[in-house]
Amino acid sequence: MTATTTESRATATPPQQPPASRRRRQRKAKDDTSAEAGIGWTVLAWAITVIFFAPVAWMVLTSLHIEADAATNPPSILAKLTLQNYQALFNRGVAPFLINSAIASVGSTLLVLVLAIPASYALSIRPVEKWTDVMFFFLSTKFLPPIAALLPIYLLVQKAGMLDNILTLVILYTSMNLPIAVWMMRSFLAEVPVEILEAARIDGAGFVRTIVSVVMPIAAPGLAATSLICFIFSWNEFMFAVNLTSTTASTAPIFLVGFISSQGLFLAKLCAAATLVSLPVLIAGFAAQDKLVRGLSLGAVK
Amino acid sequence: MATRSMTRRITLAVTAVLSLVLAGCGAGGGGSAGDTKSINVLMVGNPQMVDIEKLTKDSFTKDTGIKVNYTILPENELRDKVTQDIATKAGQYDVATIGAYEVPIWSQNGWLTPLDSYADKDTKFDKADLIKPIVQALSGKDGKLYGLPFYGESSFLMYRKDVLKQKGITMPDHPTWDQVAKVAAQVDGAQPGMKGVCLRGLPGWGEMFAPLTTVVNTFGGTWFDKDWTPQVNAAPFEAAVNFYVNLVKAHGEPGAAQAGFTECLNAMSQGKVAMWYDATSAAGSLEDPSVSKVAGKVGYAFAPTKVTKSAGWLWAWAWAMPKTTKKADSASKFMLWASSKDYENLVGAKLGWPRVPAGKRESTYTNPNYAKAAAAFGQKTLQSIEAAKPDDPGVQARPTVGVQYVAVPEFQDLGTKVSQDIAAAIAGRGTVKEALDKGQQLALDVAKQYK
Repeated sequence: MTATTTESRATATPPQQPPASRRRRQRKAKDDTSAEAGIGWTVLAWAITVIFFAPVAWMVLTSLHIEADAATNPPSILAKLTLQNYQALFNRGVAPFLINSAIASVGSTLLVLVLAIPASYALSIRPVEKWTDVMFFFLSTKFLPPIAALLPIYLLVQKAGMLDNILTLVILYTSMNLPIAVWMMRSFLAEVPVEILEAARIDGAGFVRTIVSVVMPIAAPGLAATSLICFIFSWNEFMFAVNLTSTTASTAPIFLVGFISSQGLFLAKLCAAATLVSLPVLIAGFAAQDKLVRGLSLGAVK
Repeated sequence: MATRSMTRRITLAVTAVLSLVLAGCGAGGGGSAGDTKSINVLMVGNPQMVDIEKLTKDSFTKDTGIKVNYTILPENELRDKVTQDIATKAGQYDVATIGAYEVPIWSQNGWLTPLDSYADKDTKFDKADLIKPIVQALSGKDGKLYGLPFYGESSFLMYRKDVLKQKGITMPDHPTWDQVAKVAAQVDGAQPGMKGVCLRGLPGWGEMFAPLTTVVNTFGGTWFDKDWTPQVNAAPFEAAVNFYVNLVKAHGEPGAAQAGFTECLNAMSQGKVAMWYDATSAAGSLEDPSVSKVAGKVGYAFAPTKVTKSAGWLWAWAWAMPKTTKKADSASKFMLWASSKDYENLVGAKLGWPRVPAGKRESTYTNPNYAKAAAAFGQKTLQSIEAAKPDDPGVQARPTVGVQYVAVPEFQDLGTKVSQDIAAAIAGRGTVKEALDKGQQLALDVAKQYK
């Protein structure tokens, strides 16, 4: 800001201006350093991208090889490609698993949002008394490792006759993700300027109207980030899914581990299954990409 | 204002309660109980199980009207699930695949339904056709049959006929371990990148200790003697482990401490090793040209020995019925079908004879179609299984039934821990003696519960 004013003032008084050649030199020097730094950052960013992407690329490549090629050491990268592993997946009936995962993830994410938005409103925009204690309470529900709660949960679910029921997973994932969602949404909502809310109130907007028409559009990137995280966590959850479901309600991660065998080769099929199972998450991520970048860089993690 | 803040508090309280109370809202029953025309089967994802999943609908379900829902899990998860299901009487599964190791333990816990009456009633099933040691391994202490075998195996030595011939070596049908060690040294490096022998070095009671316990047995050692005195650091046990470790270190596969069945199968089928001592069921894969580069080049010899006459292990995957099932009738029909001659013929006709789940019936080996497909290894497999003595696998009497394992629940942990230290010795950290002294202490803790 200061630089611009100085410059504009300098332009206004030509006699004090340094010779044009010197100015050009100065600007060029500055551009060079920033360009060099830019190249450095680009190379670094690409290097990191490649490092992070390499295992995924390897997984996809392996999924396109036959089992014997997938298991060779040193690896045979140029081996013949085939789609037979994907065919095997569909022969084994992957659809019910994906549908179950979708119900559990989408269902629980929607429930989480319905509960977390009003809750975080009451913790940030119009904080209730002792709201920090409430925040701590939410966090404290994540202190216990899930494995420690497994047995009581199993027994409760069994007594309720809800074993192997997808509704059980929806409820579980909702309660598991709710504290995270409340924490994230709180920090996003805390960024909503009070003035806007006051203006809305003066214009006669009620609580619901304020949330829907004023708060939500501002917090949309945060909302996208929160939903995606909840979706990913529920989609990938394995422990409760493997213990609480058996035949009808099993989710995609259970389908995935079924390929691990103590006899025979399974790497290529496992990679194909892993690729297929991670696709929905990737699609969700791409769909929300622009919102996500803003959400993740502005909100909870700043 | 007051009402609004009240509403907010209530919303918060409801949210808080939901995040604490995890489940249990009672409504709606999930299971498929009551529907006797469908059964739930839990099984491991071995190739033979994947085959049966493919064939069930058009054969079993079509004939009987019983729908079979399969769940496939890895071995460890399967064990956990069955244990959980039975212990809490949830009754989610009507049939589960279990290994020979579980049968004596689980039957003693009262978790499994005895199957003799079902097998005897069905004359077509021909119970007498089942290979004796397999029946023995799948029977409980009370002598009742608790698992109907799906497929069985022993262990033998697989070697490259062409490589040995080129070096002028003949492998005897009944080799000793000293002979095998000598051959391993001779063929090491016979082709570029080829090692002498593949032996499992991957830690795990069912990985490294499957072949290694058979070596211990034939060297005259044992985990426990009849009255549960541990013998883990006794001279024969130590001699066997030293022999095994030294052989792997000198002429074994690279990265032996991470090589289990899968890695060895791969090394052998890619021509990276000249010999391999492992499960007889591996032969089918080695002779399948679509996954193996050495099909037709492999010779088979009985499990190498030292002081005993035979040394092969004995393993079977079997169908068991948890006590908690409510559909015993339908479940038994499925198990009898899956274990029958008819099913073997169905696999042979539909998927090819090498894929038949063999190693459980004498008749399989007299079937001309199978005999042709398994010409290279069929008879050796049958004889290896028949020679296995699960109740007397070594030179001394044992407290439990089992060749390559001790049939108590604690053995999984004991075997795995000791194998971790031996794998370290293979990788050049620590010594065999240290590993076994530590193992003896662990074994003493196990023994305390049974003395």
